[in-house]
Amino acid sequence: MSAAPADARREEIAIRASADASSRAPVLVFFATAVAWLLFGSLAGELASLALHWPDLLGFASFLTFGRIRTAHLNAMIYGWASLAMCGVSLWMIPRLVHQQLSWPRLAMAGAALWNVGLVIGIGGILAGRNDGLEWLEMDRALADPWLVAGGACVGIPLLATLARRTVDHLYVSVWYVIGAFLWFPVLFLVGNWPFGGVESAAVNWFYAHNALGLWLTAVNVGAAYYFIPKVLGRPVYSYQLSLLGFWTLAFFYALNGMHHLIGGPLPTWMITTSIVASVLMIIPVVAVAVNHHMTVVGRFAALRYSPTLRFVVIGAMAYTAVSLQGMFTALREVNRITHFTQWTIAHSHVGVYGFVTFVLFGSMYYVLPRLAGREWPSARLIQWHFWLSLGGIGLYVVALTVVGVLQGLVLLEPSAPFQRSVEVTIPGLYARSLAGLVLGAGHLLFALHCAALLRAPARRAMPALLEARPVVVRDAGAVQEPAS
Amino acid sequence: MTRVWLLLLGAAATLGFAMVVLVVLPGALLVRIEPSAGLAPYGEREARGRAVYIADGCVYCHSQQVRDPSFTSDVDRGWGRRASLPADYVHDAPHLLGTMRTGPDLLNVGARLPDPSWHLIHLYDPRAVVPWSIMPPFRHRFELRDADAVGPGDTVVPLPAGRVPEGQVVVAKPEAIALVAYLLSLRRDAPPGAAALLDVDSRFWCGQGDEPRLARRGEAPAAETPR
Repeated sequence: MSAAPADARREEIAIRASADASSRAPVLVFFATAVAWLLFGSLAGELASLALHWPDLLGFASFLTFGRIRTAHLNAMIYGWASLAMCGVSLWMIPRLVHQQLSWPRLAMAGAALWNVGLVIGIGGILAGRNDGLEWLEMDRALADPWLVAGGACVGIPLLATLARRTVDHLYVSVWYVIGAFLWFPVLFLVGNWPFGGVESAAVNWFYAHNALGLWLTAVNVGAAYYFIPKVLGRPVYSYQLSLLGFWTLAFFYALNGMHHLIGGPLPTWMITTSIVASVLMIIPVVAVAVNHHMTVVGRFAALRYSPTLRFVVIGAMAYTAVSLQGMFTALREVNRITHFTQWTIAHSHVGVYGFVTFVLFGSMYYVLPRLAGREWPSARLIQWHFWLSLGGIGLYVVALTVVGVLQGLVLLEPSAPFQRSVEVTIPGLYARSLAGLVLGAGHLLFALHCAALLRAPARRAMPALLEARPVVVRDAGAVQEPAS
Repeated sequence: MTRVWLLLLGAAATLGFAMVVLVVLPGALLVRIEPSAGLAPYGEREARGRAVYIADGCVYCHSQQVRDPSFTSDVDRGWGRRASLPADYVHDAPHLLGTMRTGPDLLNVGARLPDPSWHLIHLYDPRAVVPWSIMPPFRHRFELRDADAVGPGDTVVPLPAGRVPEGQVVVAKPEAIALVAYLLSLRRDAPPGAAALLDVDSRFWCGQGDEPRLARRGEAPAAETPR
């Protein structure tokens, strides 16, 4: 606070600087490799999309067949881009939040290397036809997964060690989510890879895959939103009680959601019903987090015009609310009988992994990278372009596939309609999705080039790269309070 | 929160509870499921074909589950004579239930399309037999050879004229033949038969409504129903 004695403020800035210095090298490595996987994943996704409306296009090469390149896209985006960027954000946030230097930063660096080796082996294997056969768990459990487990441990252990040496008493809400995620994910990964058979294999598959979304991707990114929104605005989170309610109900209900991917399938009805009930109860954590974030921003929405971080993170948080409400609705049997097995699901997953997760990660990186590089982003205009390409691309993507998904589902429910019709109604949406993929890919390319320019170019800018150059936002930047309270 | 142990224990407890409900409990109960009538384990060739199905990612466009007629049109569409049961999958590891129907369901494709030549043509060049198909061609599972280089043991794919260059033929590699053997083995719509499947247990497992609906409406395995 501006009323705080100057000494206390200087001390706080020193703590933050020392935390940032300790995590700098591993965070940069995680971010750089994450962006490389983002580019690879974009290319793979675009090829998979083209293959669906031009099916003979990629017939010349086994590794480009739809079932392989699509799977390479998913794994590159989830375990490459998102997971690596999330490790970077976590390694950067935790030392700041517990007022302590990162423990064993070199171990974390080794973690980045191991994780990337695992990805190259795993995704290379998928392209070569080595697939474990479970969605979201395709990477070879003998050749690739041990690298990922070792790499993840090399990130999780320094985080826990840093937490154990904390110099603050209170644990800020972002810490709960990040530490929870790093505890949950290894357990899930082990259970998911356990070789079950029969329908139990399906149950465990979706137990894993849904929780990889809920307790890994969602947890870290909700934690990041809880950090960056109050941080940029310089005001505290609206309600501590809502934070608590949101965290524990998310942990309890999300973990039970997975079977809603198998509605109507040959599983015990009570399992599926349990997941439907838990999916509907997700309204509690989702609304708690949404109200908490909204009430933190309310009255300051104008700041979205200036701050790239806030713009990406707030839209990401809104997409989280939207995708969660859509997911609850989709889990209802009467809706699911239309949408299950259709492009609707693909649209829904991209609202989550792109609209929410990727937007929050972009926003986080816009905040973190200049502080690690020690200089400002070279171009506000490039950030504008990146933002509008991302928003326009994902908007087109989601609208197109949602519409054709519903049409496809309605045709499939009509026994007299030939199957051919269900394919034909999706074609316009598949073309639109390829266009959307190009738009998103262009945004990613600009972002990657901008990151490279930031890290390589000499400092040219004295002021932050605000999207509109009016000196409205936080003139007294040093006075902004750490959200660790 | 100020206590790390509370956070760690609480996080472990929530996930632990979900694992008991969705992994441990079903695992303990499902071990009692017997294979459905006439369902044999995969032979060596079918198992190799199943591995090709996984490697080339067929599961991302094709489901292998027939849902209850009260709920969907799967049965009316001809994808099976009854909804599928846990007993139909006892030999499947990993499962291939699927989440997309960009292409049709394949659980009973062996009953629906029993001609191996059709499958070989369809895999090499889908649009040679289904003009509106958007399935990718799986040409890497075949060889293009000169017509005079074909041996007696080779399986030549009977493609329609004009789908292959003049003077050449398409020969199926062993993995294509294995994949077709696997597809033809997909028939999971024998009447469940054994009364055991229709007792309280299976209602507990599979019922969508008050009673298990195991046959197409109008058909009658009712005689086998003990109620």
